[in-house]
Amino acid sequence: MTIAVLSGGSSLEREVSLRSGKRVTEALRGRGHEVVTLDLDEHLVDQLAAHAIDLVFLALHGKVGEDGSIQSLLDLLGIAYTGSGATASALAWDKSVSKGVLRHASVHTPNWHVLSEDAVREYGAGRALERIAERIAFPLVVKPVQGGSSLGVRLVEGPEDLASAVMSAFHYHPAALLERVVVGTEVAVSIVDGTALPAVEIHAKGGAYDFGARYTHGATEFHAPARLDPEVADACADAAGRAWDALGCRHVMRADLIVDDDGTPWLLEVDTCPGLTETSLLPIAAKAGGLGFDQFCERLVDIARVQTLAA
Amino acid sequence: MTEVQLDPYQSRYAQRAHGMTASEIRALFAVATRPEIVSLAGGMPYTAALDADAVTAVTEMVIRESGATALQYGGGQGIDELRERLVDVMAAEQVRVHPDDILVTNGGQQGLDLLGKLFCNPGDIVLAEGPSYVGALNAFSSYQAYVIHLAMDEAGLIPESLDETVAALRSAGRTAKFLYTIPNHQNPAGVSMSAARREALIERAQRYDLLLIEDNPYGLLDFKGEQLTCLHEMDPDRVIYLGTLSKIFSPGVRIGWVAAPAPIRNKLTLLKETADLSQSNLTQYVAERWLATQPWLDQVKQFRELYRERCDAMLDELALELPDDCSWSAPTGGFFVWLRLPDGLDSKELLPSALRARVAYVPGRAFYADGSGEREMRLSFCFPTSDSIREGVRRLAGVIRDQIALREAFYGHQTTKDDAS
Repeated sequence: MTIAVLSGGSSLEREVSLRSGKRVTEALRGRGHEVVTLDLDEHLVDQLAAHAIDLVFLALHGKVGEDGSIQSLLDLLGIAYTGSGATASALAWDKSVSKGVLRHASVHTPNWHVLSEDAVREYGAGRALERIAERIAFPLVVKPVQGGSSLGVRLVEGPEDLASAVMSAFHYHPAALLERVVVGTEVAVSIVDGTALPAVEIHAKGGAYDFGARYTHGATEFHAPARLDPEVADACADAAGRAWDALGCRHVMRADLIVDDDGTPWLLEVDTCPGLTETSLLPIAAKAGGLGFDQFCERLVDIARVQTLAA
Repeated sequence: MTEVQLDPYQSRYAQRAHGMTASEIRALFAVATRPEIVSLAGGMPYTAALDADAVTAVTEMVIRESGATALQYGGGQGIDELRERLVDVMAAEQVRVHPDDILVTNGGQQGLDLLGKLFCNPGDIVLAEGPSYVGALNAFSSYQAYVIHLAMDEAGLIPESLDETVAALRSAGRTAKFLYTIPNHQNPAGVSMSAARREALIERAQRYDLLLIEDNPYGLLDFKGEQLTCLHEMDPDRVIYLGTLSKIFSPGVRIGWVAAPAPIRNKLTLLKETADLSQSNLTQYVAERWLATQPWLDQVKQFRELYRERCDAMLDELALELPDDCSWSAPTGGFFVWLRLPDGLDSKELLPSALRARVAYVPGRAFYADGSGEREMRLSFCFPTSDSIREGVRRLAGVIRDQIALREAFYGHQTTKDDAS
């Protein structure tokens, strides 16, 4: 069986993806697999054929790899791949859609409002910004509706900074999500093949778990398993599990949550193609669950192969 | 214990390493290397213009004729024959030095690092043009020096700005360790310091007893044939001169040099030996043979014409495409145009939109130690072809216009500070 590790592409998360891809390639080669690494470009279909690829390990981050596009293409080509199918990917990738689905499935997710660039440009929505403050109290967080790695995310303390934060988010995606800030403990719950791994607790030393905190060794303090009361840890796993079911995920997923002072987990977003770099959350969770990185990668390949054969 | 230690060495790092974190901008630049992106970001010389056969011949000559020495360790100051040739290069810049005055370094960048190491204690103050070369700012700040910027305009550094800064420093009981300047075709601003300002700067440096570091990577890439007098020539005891072959031959050979008064040079040589024992003999010999046997000044002329043509393409397209309230420098030579956006726009914020539109540049903040420069950006014309440059400028103009329209949609058309003044 020949595996293609697909990474890179021209997404703004290209660098993170290349790092994930490199690690996965080394891990799978170390386990004796035949692996080729492909940088996502216009030659993809030809390259998959030329290398007679049986299975694609998706280490892509950013739009094309996570919004269902690649998944649809691989479905069409009849090639197995790791991670969720096209529909679940598309649902999870768009934060406004996934939050709607989560709320419908009775998963706590902080109140939000979406403002599109079209609405601002064409219909004067900028003048309705103050209404946001009535819906969602400050401070609030503004993020691109689609995108990862905290790119374009801003904490807004008051109305005077709201417009610039929204414009900042528009540089990454033409719709911004304005979301209530939940104060509490930041936690990530990863699920592999339907089973939750130990939760990872996140304390960014600089305060915000931003790009620098995510990808600098030592800039963030992690605890795995998270130091949560057992019932709170169960509630986190339960919330992640319900998100998994509601979105129709498979193979692997990571949910980002905040546990408030009352012990209620609030689910912020779901990642169907989680980062696999040296500082990423999923490998930390896997290790806490007894799976080394190499084993984890191989496990994912096995799951993807079996499930695709069964399908 | 549930704590996961991703960096178990953290408590051991020196203080100067504490600020080193992964950067969003750096990650975004990974996209800029993709072929579909027109990169106006990097400052890479167009080495494809070099005569590959000539470089091959020179390299072969080195191995054949001086192989054993070329593959051996070298001395700390650099090989004598190369230093003699570097004197020729400086003579082409109208600067007279003796080969003994020269220390060969691993690119100009190592010279900057060694000077930071020699002069800067934590908390020391150094002066530089605002904006200035990011590699120099990083070199000085890695020794925990604090950079104060001096104002510049289209005629380079404004010497009068030194008066106020020196007075403020004096009243605080401080002095600046040195002033770092790129008088010719400055990186990133693209402009040169006028002859009158050079005189005025030297006069003030003498009055304030200020040491100058003159970085001159682009001097020979002079589009206007001005060949303004180098500061070193005006006061050799007060000016440390940095040169490099990166822009006139190859950055791959990593040959730079420092010409400095003997006491400074001797200390720099010791620091150089501590840093890397010696410069690569192999590339020193290649550089020496290049300068000794090849018509290297013809090559410089070819580079200069190539860059002039590309610069013209960029300036033409900027004039055609950019909105009225943008302004930019008219380069006197070198690699770069410095662009200023309308009030309210931020070049760092704009970068992801630009990358989505398939064009890259360097946001202005990189060139200031104090975080200013949000409205500015550096555009380089050295590497892409003229056609690519035109296409890149068109894409960038689209992004800027689009952002101006979005701001107007948010705020309505406002009277900007500039309009009001």
